[in-house]
Amino acid sequence: MINAKSFSLPSRILHWLMAVMILIMLFIGVFMASTAGPNYHRLVTLHRPLGIAILVLALVRLANRLRSPPPALPEEFPPIMKFGAKASHVLLYALMIAMPFVGWGMLSAGGYPIPLWGQSVLLPPILPHDPALWAALRSAHTVLAFLLFGMVLLHVGAALFHGLIREDAVLRSMTWQAKADRE
Amino acid sequence: MATKPLVPSASALRWLGVVAAPTALALGFLWAGGWLTPHRLTQTSLLDALRAVDGTHPGFRRNHAKGVCVTGWFEGNGNAAGLSMASVLQSGRVPVVGRFALAGGMPFQADAPAKVRSMALRLMPPGGQEWRMGINDIPVFPVRTPQEFQDLQLASRPDPATGKPDPARVQAFRAVHPWLQVAGAQITHRPLSSGFADDTYRSLDSFLFVGKDGTETAVRWSMVPLQPVTPADAHADDHDYLFRQLIDDLHAHSLQWRLMVTVAGNHDVIDDPSQGWAEDDRQIDAGTLTLTTVESEESGSCTGITFDPLVLPHGIAPSGDPILQARSAAYMRSFAARSGEKLPVPAITPTMTAAPGGAEGKKS
Ligand code: HEM
Ligand code: HEM
Ligand code: HEM
Repeated sequence: MINAKSFSLPSRILHWLMAVMILIMLFIGVFMASTAGPNYHRLVTLHRPLGIAILVLALVRLANRLRSPPPALPEEFPPIMKFGAKASHVLLYALMIAMPFVGWGMLSAGGYPIPLWGQSVLLPPILPHDPALWAALRSAHTVLAFLLFGMVLLHVGAALFHGLIREDAVLRSMTWQAKADRE
Repeated sequence: MATKPLVPSASALRWLGVVAAPTALALGFLWAGGWLTPHRLTQTSLLDALRAVDGTHPGFRRNHAKGVCVTGWFEGNGNAAGLSMASVLQSGRVPVVGRFALAGGMPFQADAPAKVRSMALRLMPPGGQEWRMGINDIPVFPVRTPQEFQDLQLASRPDPATGKPDPARVQAFRAVHPWLQVAGAQITHRPLSSGFADDTYRSLDSFLFVGKDGTETAVRWSMVPLQPVTPADAHADDHDYLFRQLIDDLHAHSLQWRLMVTVAGNHDVIDDPSQGWAEDDRQIDAGTLTLTTVESEESGSCTGITFDPLVLPHGIAPSGDPILQARSAAYMRSFAARSGEKLPVPAITPTMTAAPGGAEGKKS
């Protein structure tokens, strides 16, 4: 059986769209959580729907990934490297899905109303009102966000290593140039 | 397929390329999170300033720490419905969870007539369109911006040598903030009522009422007591006399306040809570608050929430008042911090709030 050399077009669109969204989200998050300035409320108001959009896209992406498997990694990679690549992708998926749930869940546990868009559309609580749980999840949201950011840094570094140093097919499999490789 | 070495040799420039992107992202992240700008005004710096004044009291609110929970209802009369489509302002009754407190982060401070008293309310109409507010019994707020709030806190922190604020430091703050003089004088010379029940509480910050057609109207509001007002004079020599009086009142009868909405006039400054509005502004009686029960914070329903002033229903929006942003941010942080700590027995215990004759204190 012949593996495609590239990610399918939907996979690539989802990847880059979500890469931008997640990076924006991480930056908005740490910025708003360390400001008492005039944009605080606006940023929190943007953070919620953007986070929920990431959740929806991540679930679509997961389904898409199960339907169209990714291209195989170059065969000469030692198993440990293949494992590292796989494991890091699994972790990225897990965090893309966990972060919005933790955000939504913590506001539920904190007894906050959770406006999704404007003030009129509210998300239902997904956890019971429980202040201790709110405190724990609020910390978890921070810890997981830092883990996600650390993973993204490694991921970007690895992608560039493949693209600039090894010049193998890995970076191209996620970019538009890859079309040329297609059979 | 020719196999490459795992790490082929490459120019330093290419390696720089590999390292540069993650490094740039990491630096940007550190900047965004305020780690490269230690003097940024943040949730943490505001709470640190409060702690510098009041000390560390795990489990308690970082400000307005001494308080008691109450419940009751709010009955809108529809008079303000033309200005705001908020469902709480239509005619009808909604349940309320509230809290009375003394300003300041010391949970065991002694009651005294001139200490700032507060009322906090959570109005809960069906459908989740909540309205939360924390309102104080002063005519105006002492500062105009969050930075000034923090600077004033730091200026009035106790001197370790005397245990009292250093007058020179407070003087220095005043000298560089001459525009706050009027507010300071208005707060100092405000009339004092006898207790929580006959006090008037004010939003101080401005908000926007949003009508059905999208029209925005700048407003402030106050809760005006229906109980007769008596001036503060001699009071019981009791550490908690204000709270005891409130508890006795609520056990004897319900307490009521009228929600008076003030519509900004042409010359009123909207976004500065240190400036009062004109006396002849239009006032709307928007409904009546009735409080009927009182409970200690230890078990009461006001403990597990924060009265974030930006939890607003559809039909009420924040104004450009910068204090509101800082409040929303700081209340969330205070709420998260205290919720992760064990709440010690508060000053106003369940025994004190129990109905007289109902529970005779702890059985030994
Ligand atoms: C991919 C999704 C998400 C990412 C990457 C993300 C990221 C972040 C980050 C980095 C922070 C700052 C943490 C800190 O420095 O302490 C944060 C805070 C926060 N997030 Fe998220 N978040 C996501 C989803 C959500 C969702 C869906 C919600 C709510 C529905 C939410 C609500 C919040 C809130 C309320 C805060 C605290 C703001 C404050 O402390 O003032 N987040 N988020
Ligand atoms: C911004 C710079 C980024 C670059 C240059 C980049 C590059 C790549 C490349 C080359 C691949 C293919 C790896 C392979 O062949 O297995 C890939 C896959 C992947 N990337 Fe990224 N990426 C970036 C950002 C992100 C971000 C922010 C996330 C999300 C947190 C992310 C999540 C993933 C995941 C989960 C995969 C596995 C493939 C899949 O199932 O979608 N990437 N990325
Ligand atoms: C930048 C200015 C301000 C800061 C940093 C600040 C900070 C705080 C904090 C940290 C709390 C504790 C919140 C919690 O743990 O739930 C609190 C409570 C409170 N604040 Fe402020 N505050 C500010 C301005 C104001 C203003 C302008 C008002 C009145 C109009 C006000 C009224 C209240 C009230 C009533 C409470 C008690 C709420 C309750 O009983 O739970 N605050 N404040």
